[in-house]
Amino acid sequence: MKALILLSSLGTLALLAEIFGFKKRIFLISLLGLITIFFVNLLDWNLAPNIFFGMMQYDHYAVAFSSVILITAILWFIMSESFFKEETNRTDRLSLVLFALAGAVIMVSYTNMAMLFLGIEILSISMYILTGTLKDDLNSNEAAFKYLIMGAFSTGFLLFGIALIYGATGSFDINEIKEFITARESTVPSIFYVGVLLMLIGLSFKVSAAPFHFWAPDVYQGAPTVITAFMATIVKTAAFAAFLRLFSISFSDITATWVNIVWVMTALTLLVGNITAVAQTSTKRLLAFSSVAHTGYMLLALLADNSYSSSAILFYVTAYSFGSIVTFCILNIIINTYGNDNINSFNGLGKSNPLLAFVMTLALLSLAGIPPTAGFFAKYYVFTAVFKSGFIYLVLIAIFASLVGVYYYFKIIIAMYFKDSTNETIQATMNQKILLVVVAFAIIALGIFPDFIIRLL
Amino acid sequence: MSAIQVIPLNWYLLLSTVLFTIGVLGVLFRRNAIIIFMSIELMLNAVNLLFVAFSSYLSDSKGQVFVFFIMAVAAAEVAVGLAILMMVYRNTKTTDINILNKLKW
Repeated sequence: MKALILLSSLGTLALLAEIFGFKKRIFLISLLGLITIFFVNLLDWNLAPNIFFGMMQYDHYAVAFSSVILITAILWFIMSESFFKEETNRTDRLSLVLFALAGAVIMVSYTNMAMLFLGIEILSISMYILTGTLKDDLNSNEAAFKYLIMGAFSTGFLLFGIALIYGATGSFDINEIKEFITARESTVPSIFYVGVLLMLIGLSFKVSAAPFHFWAPDVYQGAPTVITAFMATIVKTAAFAAFLRLFSISFSDITATWVNIVWVMTALTLLVGNITAVAQTSTKRLLAFSSVAHTGYMLLALLADNSYSSSAILFYVTAYSFGSIVTFCILNIIINTYGNDNINSFNGLGKSNPLLAFVMTLALLSLAGIPPTAGFFAKYYVFTAVFKSGFIYLVLIAIFASLVGVYYYFKIIIAMYFKDSTNETIQATMNQKILLVVVAFAIIALGIFPDFIIRLL
Repeated sequence: MSAIQVIPLNWYLLLSTVLFTIGVLGVLFRRNAIIIFMSIELMLNAVNLLFVAFSSYLSDSKGQVFVFFIMAVAAAEVAVGLAILMMVYRNTKTTDINILNKLKW
């Protein structure tokens, strides 16, 4: 709760910086503020208060996921320092990012559908604007427009679902809805089930699960690279935490209505994401499809719907966010040097800048799920969770999909080490180097001591 | 019995569903960005209607409060949407969304 209030205040402060003329220092203030908020957030562990009249609950789940979001945000801030260097719009961008983070914190801690809706919208509306920040770039315009239309469209489905569930149960509270289902097992009105399916569609749009993923690659490719990194890590984490919270609390007693649909969606997401990624030449688009594929792995844990689900997803988003931050940070450096994001731009990085190439390799291995990196255990826990619930065919599909994944991640690694470069020097700033090394250590540390996070939930 | 309850609940359900479907079809088939925005508004307002009807029939005010949230958020969304549309219009001089086809594989 403290995190939410502090984030909103920090966002407002960033807006005031424009008026009171301390916008040169506001980036540093925000970064230090975020670090403070991260630690303040940890103080809420074990308090489990019902806040805002029971509209939100700051339980272990909420604290754990908001900590992942905040730590990713701190790393993201360091990687995207240049995004806030321009003279114009500096404070607007900062405050939009901070408000988006406030929305993300609401999404992981809601207990009321109204807060779910508001959290999603606070996050999404900020992201629409941030996607369109390159005003003269037609790609950025197109991405912002597509994101806005698809976002508003999916919100419509989500709201229609909420309305039908409200009509059936008379409540917006996710715990009351669960009690309603338990109390009237066989006589739940049919509009309730329609509502569940519509909410499923709305949330699948938000997490970009196939067949509702088609907007994601376009938006990820058109947006400024740092914003793509934000969407791939923080937005995905928040959306997935919201998805899981709703389905594991409210709808876990009526799995029969949604389990088959989610089964098919998971299989489709895994196959479409991984197989389409193989054909890409633009690295940004490749990472976008890989992010769709990772949604598939996370859906596996959602589908499992047992006691391992939330810790498996928590570990997965942590590993995935760390890996993505590194890849996008290096991709950003490459794009700034060469002006394009073709895979060929990575040629010879192993010779021209061994540090970047090594860290990139490590991150890609983690995304591909190869030991001893964090990604291996992330996949291991997710597969275990879904295997314990008895979806054996789906595990086989997922293993096949990860093999395809290994192929396209290695395309980049091969380009870096076995192809000749065009001899341009690629320079990273000191901050970026520190960030990359720290995250690389974190990826290996999580791969060796995964218990640290798995035991949290 | 309030004025809303003169009409049976199922009719409201039917009307909202029809309005919502018109909105969805509008988003999917129209090519003018402004009309797409209008269709999205139609979807959201169909939901509002449904909330108000349910709220009246359940004698519960929570649904009506939710409508205010939706209205506020829809206003914010349209404000941002029109700003983005202006940005697109300045670069392309059209509101036809077929021009937005640079990003594809």
